[in-house]
Amino acid sequence: MLHFPPLPENTRLFLRDTGEMSRFIGRFFVEGLRPRFEVAEFIHQCFAIGYKSLPLIGLTAFIIGLVLTMQLHPTMVYYGIEAQIPAMVGIAIIREIGPILTALIFAGKIGSSIGAELGSMKVTEQIDAMEVSGTNPFKYLVVTRTFAAMITLPFLVVIADAISLYGSYLGVNIYENLSFHLFYEKILDYLFFMDILPAFIKTFFFGFAVGIIGCFKGYYSNKGTEGVGRSANSAVVVSSVAIFILDLIAVQITDLL
Amino acid sequence: MKKQTDSDVAVIRIQNLCKSFGTNKVLDHFNLELHQGESLVVLGRSGSGKSVLIKCIIGLIEPDQGSVEVLGQNVLDLDHVGLDKMRTQVGFLFQSNALYDSMTVRENLEFPLRRHSINLSQEEVNKLVMEALDSVGLEHTVDLMPAELSGGMRKRIALARTLILKPAIILYDEPTTGLDAITSLEIIALMKSINERYHTSSIIITHDMKCVKLAADRVAILIDGKCYAEGTYDTLRQSTDEKIHPFFQ
Ligand SMILES: Nc1ncnc2c1ncn2[C@@H]1O[C@H](COP(=O)(O)OP(=O)(O)OP(=O)(O)O)[C@@H](O)[C@H]1O
Ligand SMILES: [Mg+2]
Repeated sequence: MLHFPPLPENTRLFLRDTGEMSRFIGRFFVEGLRPRFEVAEFIHQCFAIGYKSLPLIGLTAFIIGLVLTMQLHPTMVYYGIEAQIPAMVGIAIIREIGPILTALIFAGKIGSSIGAELGSMKVTEQIDAMEVSGTNPFKYLVVTRTFAAMITLPFLVVIADAISLYGSYLGVNIYENLSFHLFYEKILDYLFFMDILPAFIKTFFFGFAVGIIGCFKGYYSNKGTEGVGRSANSAVVVSSVAIFILDLIAVQITDLL
Repeated sequence: MKKQTDSDVAVIRIQNLCKSFGTNKVLDHFNLELHQGESLVVLGRSGSGKSVLIKCIIGLIEPDQGSVEVLGQNVLDLDHVGLDKMRTQVGFLFQSNALYDSMTVRENLEFPLRRHSINLSQEEVNKLVMEALDSVGLEHTVDLMPAELSGGMRKRIALARTLILKPAIILYDEPTTGLDAITSLEIIALMKSINERYHTSSIIITHDMKCVKLAADRVAILIDGKCYAEGTYDTLRQSTDEKIHPFFQ
């Protein structure tokens, strides 16, 4: 008879977590699509999630646009193609840097706050209290937050892209005089709808990943305040990795099209 | 002097309740009845499954076996509409208060009123909120956040939130744990006055002997997942059983 050695502890835990996560995602779709919808809480969360991360995302986007342009400039001058800077920066930002950077910051800020919030609600029995107060806590907390993250992230990315390109415009103007109009003209010469659409679509998945992973980590938080810290921390780590993996998949799919 | 209880009518009847977490057998054929108007204290060591027991009563934890009847209905047979309805009649005071951190005291108290599909006007809601706060003596905290309150005040707000639906039964999970002696006495007095004012029946979980002595009409002792003994405070205190005796020292 075949005899398998027991799985190493880490592997076993990983498989168990993956299984639980899949169940959690399944439950999200089942409960999310069934009334009653927690519309007021959803709107509140969209505001809380989107609005709160806007300043941070705006600032980083601006700096990245500016710095990227300044870093590229010497090399481009060396090859005599500094006129192509707007096109190059535009494509880099819109296809890749804007979505991924915004999503990572979003994971750091929103993923951790969802993880910590739900985690502390769990350990102080607030989730149980909701349940006995005629509320389905999964709908009220998980579904609303995940949908809100999914809806707000794409908009944050669009805003971040725009701010980033403006930063790049200022970067170009450090070295030469280029009108705003001409700058955008140059970008649009090289940028096609098929560059923008996949980049936009993948951000819905990034937002979903941040929301659902933050909720999952919080909802299954262990007892004690230490458990809350760990939920917040692993929410960020896992959702950041998930974002990179989703990005990799998205690039493969876009390549095929 | 013990208060008169109508001991014929059982508002909660627990029969052969079993619950395990993995290999950890927490409740093992547990039996208990709560009578109309009575205050029943459940004593047990930390980790003996007292919280699990009352969470089974309110349907937060699903038992493996056995039945729980609340006000004549079997909790395990209820769908979620039925459960919600049952939960408007059974109040639950959580061990850790479970006040919503992100909401003010007023929103905390309004939450059960708004969520249980009861149709109330804003005026009625306000009136009920102030009435509940009045009965715990904390009307002035209505616009504060839970984080701004002391431990004893939080416990009283949690109690007000439990009361707001005027439940027929209240389940208290360690109402005095973590409070100083004087505040504990205040909470116990409050529980007794609520009991008299609203004619509630209650199950009180505690290790606080002062609470047992002052609040209990009857005491049940939970040991090894079973109801090991029950009786009045005085009879149990005189027991020479080696498992019961340590509780009363
Ligand atoms: N959700 C759960 N999953 C796994 N084990 C649990 C769960 N809830 C409770 N337990 C276990 O059940 C046992 C009883 O827990 P319970 O919280 O009922 O104790 P308690 O009597 O209320 O103790 P305390 O006085 O400390 O509150 C403990 O051993 C605990 O580890
Ligand atoms: Mg307990």
